[in-house]
Amino acid sequence: MKDRVRPTPRPGMVLEVDRSTPPILFHHGEGFRTEKLPAGRSRVIYPAEPLLGLADPEGAIRRALLNPIDQDPLPAQLRPGMKLTIAFDDISLPLPPMRRPDIRQMVIEQVLEIAAAAGVDDVHVIAALALHRRMTEAELRHAVGDRTYDAFAPSGCLYNHDAEDPDGMVILGTTPHGEEVQFSKRAADSDLVVYVNINLVAMDGGHKSTATGLAGYQGLRHHHNVKTMQESRSFMDQHRSELHASNWRMGKVLRDAGVKIFQIETTVNNNTFGVDGPLAMLQKREWEWNAKDRAAFVAMTSGLKYAPPQMARQIFQSWRAPYELTSVQAGEVEAVHKVTTENVYAQHLVPVDGQTDILTMGLPYICPYNVNSVMNPILVMCLGLGYFFNLYRGRPLVREGGVVIMGHPTRWEFHPVHHPSYIDFFEQVLADTTDPVEIEAKYERQFAEDEWYIHLYRTSYAYHGVHPFYMWYWGAHALQHLGEVIIVGGDTRAVQRMGFRPASTLQDALEIASDTVGRQPTVTHLHNPPILMADVS
Amino acid sequence: MISDALAGKRLAITGTTGFLGTALVERLLRCVPEVELVLLVRPGRRGAEQRIRREIIRNDVFDRLRDDMGTDEFERLCQERITGVAGDVGIDGLGLDDAGRELIAGCDIVVHSAAAVAFDNPLDTAVEVNLLGPVRLVEMLNDMGASPHFIAVSTCYVAGSRRGNAPEEPLADGPMYVPVSWQDEADASRRRRITTETESRDPARLEEFRSRARHELGAAGTPALAAKTEQLRSKWVHDQMVEAGRSRAASLGFPDAYAFTKALAETAVAEIKGDLKVSTVRPSIIESAYAEPFPGWIRGFRMAEPIIIGYGRGLLTDFPGIPQGVLDVIPVDLVAAAICAVAARGHDPDRPVIQVASGAINPFRLNQLVDLAHGWFSENPIYDDRDQPIPPPNWTYPGRGRVVRQLKRLRTGLNAGERVLGRLPIRGRQAEITADLDERRDQVERALGYVELYGAYTECEALFGVERLLELWDSLDDDDKELYCFDPRIIDWPHYVADIHLPTVVAQGRVKTAPSTRSGPSRKDRQRAQVLSPDRHMAAFDLENTVIAANVVMAYGWLATRRLPLDERARLVAKILLEAPSLLALDHRDRSDFLRHFYRRYEGAPVEQMAEDSGEMFSDLILTQAYPAAIRRVRQHRAAGHTTVLITGALDFIVEPLRPLFDHIVCAELAHSNGIYTGQLAEVPPTSESRAEVLRDFANAEGLLMSESVAYADSASDLALLEAVGYPVAVNPEPKLAMLARKRGWLIEYFDKAPGGPRKLLPIGARKAS
Repeated sequence: MKDRVRPTPRPGMVLEVDRSTPPILFHHGEGFRTEKLPAGRSRVIYPAEPLLGLADPEGAIRRALLNPIDQDPLPAQLRPGMKLTIAFDDISLPLPPMRRPDIRQMVIEQVLEIAAAAGVDDVHVIAALALHRRMTEAELRHAVGDRTYDAFAPSGCLYNHDAEDPDGMVILGTTPHGEEVQFSKRAADSDLVVYVNINLVAMDGGHKSTATGLAGYQGLRHHHNVKTMQESRSFMDQHRSELHASNWRMGKVLRDAGVKIFQIETTVNNNTFGVDGPLAMLQKREWEWNAKDRAAFVAMTSGLKYAPPQMARQIFQSWRAPYELTSVQAGEVEAVHKVTTENVYAQHLVPVDGQTDILTMGLPYICPYNVNSVMNPILVMCLGLGYFFNLYRGRPLVREGGVVIMGHPTRWEFHPVHHPSYIDFFEQVLADTTDPVEIEAKYERQFAEDEWYIHLYRTSYAYHGVHPFYMWYWGAHALQHLGEVIIVGGDTRAVQRMGFRPASTLQDALEIASDTVGRQPTVTHLHNPPILMADVS
Repeated sequence: MISDALAGKRLAITGTTGFLGTALVERLLRCVPEVELVLLVRPGRRGAEQRIRREIIRNDVFDRLRDDMGTDEFERLCQERITGVAGDVGIDGLGLDDAGRELIAGCDIVVHSAAAVAFDNPLDTAVEVNLLGPVRLVEMLNDMGASPHFIAVSTCYVAGSRRGNAPEEPLADGPMYVPVSWQDEADASRRRRITTETESRDPARLEEFRSRARHELGAAGTPALAAKTEQLRSKWVHDQMVEAGRSRAASLGFPDAYAFTKALAETAVAEIKGDLKVSTVRPSIIESAYAEPFPGWIRGFRMAEPIIIGYGRGLLTDFPGIPQGVLDVIPVDLVAAAICAVAARGHDPDRPVIQVASGAINPFRLNQLVDLAHGWFSENPIYDDRDQPIPPPNWTYPGRGRVVRQLKRLRTGLNAGERVLGRLPIRGRQAEITADLDERRDQVERALGYVELYGAYTECEALFGVERLLELWDSLDDDDKELYCFDPRIIDWPHYVADIHLPTVVAQGRVKTAPSTRSGPSRKDRQRAQVLSPDRHMAAFDLENTVIAANVVMAYGWLATRRLPLDERARLVAKILLEAPSLLALDHRDRSDFLRHFYRRYEGAPVEQMAEDSGEMFSDLILTQAYPAAIRRVRQHRAAGHTTVLITGALDFIVEPLRPLFDHIVCAELAHSNGIYTGQLAEVPPTSESRAEVLRDFANAEGLLMSESVAYADSASDLALLEAVGYPVAVNPEPKLAMLARKRGWLIEYFDKAPGGPRKLLPIGARKAS
């Protein structure tokens, strides 16, 4: 209850760097760098401090279920003999995974209680992972809680979505744009689909939860492609996102096909590393670090220096974020998502005045696709040029033709179980070309329809064969927009394989960037995570 | 006029597929208009005519003549003037039919230049060809009542290893005579062959060959071991016979069996010649042409070439010999011309022997050669595999004994190193060290061979007289001197060595004379392209250490611990670890026994549970231990339309998740009843040589060709499998296979586990709460 008495959180801010500014913290995979930015022409965008969590999450969830937006209360929609499907966000949310109890567990347990009270006994609980890897037993237990797992998994009623199950998928129609809407057959056949979401960033949620989460390659290819990504400016901004528009069109087809969805959306605050504890300094502003923060940081970084990469990875991957629920709303998809988006923006949006020549970012050890796994080079690209670059509203933080400098060890490393098609993508496709358009035309189908990858996706814990392509497309807008991409501290061969320029220090990177943006460029550092979204005027 | 004297004559020549013989044929065809040539040629598989066509007429020695005359005219010339006779001087009766005998007996001149010239021929080969060859020929001519001018090509080294003058005299008349009976020597050599063959079949000896074969190949299976054992036995016989020749020659003061048998031949021919008019031409060491038909023409790898190449490659860091010692070399065109001159002159009873040598009048010294070679190789270095130029060594000419001792010590050290490494459980790139050592040892062996064989020649201090040769030279008119130059005094040694001989030798030696240009694909890339070509039919893969870095013991450990409580898990794993050495030893002895023994542990395991747990193990153990590049390779084969086959001793339920990769899986199956495994094998997996059989049967059934198939394996115990296909690939080979693969030029692949992926140190199952 200590958190309850913490001071009112301060909003995000933009710091103009001058001579007295201390070195700035850059995340660097399973480690950190501290960098001096050029005084007088640099600025640092800090995220807002964590908003206060709801005092009574259980109560808030119950109230949302009983007082939904534009829909009947959940108990009123349940009756004996009906088919109920509960779908929930997979391992990619939130990041890093949160401490127990997971929000999904809290929500699902209440939904199941209400369903049990209503006499509903045909219930399936599905991890809506689209083409992501299947979740392991431990991961499922963490997400839904042991009680739900033990009650549903043994009888086969709690499972991972299988987008390649020939009998498990249906086409429910086509949007006016000709996009096929592919959907889980169980969900389509259900009288009610309850979707349990965690809305970490503005892209999540809404119709995307179901239209993407419970779809397969046949449906996803209509918006997970280079054209859509290049036309989404950014995909974090609903009003200018073609990805969003496509999902919304598909949502309408779902509704017209009679799929009834009770959407439960939740938001969490920015409390990624804790307001106290061993990583607390990571979400403080550098000049406010006290002696304890400094000592802890020095101890941590020097320890990491000598830890083997595998051990460092294990340490970081075991971090569970003390996220707190900031809002929960349920009911009709679009209406619910409006409220959710406001709540996300309240935590993330930071007004920024104008663009910059060089955008710097320190990439952390985790992205949505390497939870309990390895951050391979393709994921480094996706996190930097896909996620971080697109965390803007209005205009990109960096001007057209500008430079992104990102720091990450970018090792030539892959998880053999989780990312088998990534290995081949890296060894074969990227060795041929790095142009997203060419890659899409030449290789996507072959990987997407590959029997071995499908086998691994269905029976092992592998991302679908086509997934590395989506990662590459995620960066397509940035690749089109930028004049140069430089990776600081990365494996030279791996960085070059992706068509980027390697630099050993930030100073070298700035030197390399001067070819593109001149000798006195403006520099902006995205101090992320915790997450922020730049509202660029 | 030589050409006039020989015009219209018919000459029979033996040994025309050899270096000197080819040169002689060329000279006669080019310079003597009307001459007819009867060539005695071993028929081989294709027949005498074909061999003459392929091995003589197509030789580049005729380029000049062909260019001068035009191809059609040249063909006509050969057609008209060359007659082939099938025969073999190495067998009794010469392998001639009546027509052949008539043809040869009807010749005006018979030039016998056939010889087994290799300095390391087995004793009996040297005796049959070098000694009995001319004897048979002379006897045949006598039998036929023919008396042509018989010109025997011998060697100056019939003088033996001696100092001082070696005059141009019949051996019996000179100081060089060795009073032994040539018949006795011939009989002894034949007997030696029989006793050596018998000795090689001695049980103790056979056991030794077998154990050496086993040591070299490991558990490669009976047929492979048998073949290797037999190969070792024949090699032993061969070596014994070579050694017999060398020691017999040495005992009588000859540098080697070649010189020894040639000397016997001269004595024998003198003894049995009867009315035959015999002239003997003794060249010294014949090397590339000085001028005719073009400078540098050479055929085959001659005596000095290996030493020169060995020197240029830095292989021979030192060499025994006397620096000021004379190296008696004579270019081939001079020898051919001298034979023509002798043939034209006819038999001269006062001058029956002519030596063609340079040492007495235009000496060329060993240090001169080495200095010239040093300079030349400094300017035109040979490049090593890493594209670095090799600096030529500086020879100090120590005694032969010292060089031999040094090399032998090195060999012993390398052998020991190899033995130690062979016992270490290393594979893949580390095993390359063993292959390197092996290669190094081969080089040392070769160097040792050169030193032992050629050392005697470079130490030779005999001076071969050439008075008769010069008399003959002086008797020629200017036209003949122009056309048939054999005056050794004309040789400009620095010019000959640097501009003619060394460039030729290096070109012939196919050594790297420039850093590789990176333009083309590497050898490995070319091999990969071959292996993945759509023309291939099938690709067979071993599993353990070829596709995944795991074995049946790990899989068992994983499955057995999955449902155990924590403390028992630790105990079981500890138990397996303790047993590991004995299991490993059993595995090395006999793979099938090991599997049968080990799989008994599955007794009592529920079938369904094993299937379910194996599915989980696929992700937790198999895939984490897999080589992504190997899996990619399987898939590439599939994409290329090849049939993919997995051959493994692992159990069916363990490899089940790999089924989508392969069209066909050959594996072990356990018997079960009432849903419980009995621990007995229902399907015994093929091991070692039976793998090749199983694959062959499968290929036959499917209509696939083994010769068009690829096999991937990691260990010498898969040798039979690898040898059975046309395209073997060694994957992360263990030392023995690494050595074999390198020697045979097989594609070697190093597949690694995914970098940065999770590592499984102990085979403990992901815990399943039951």
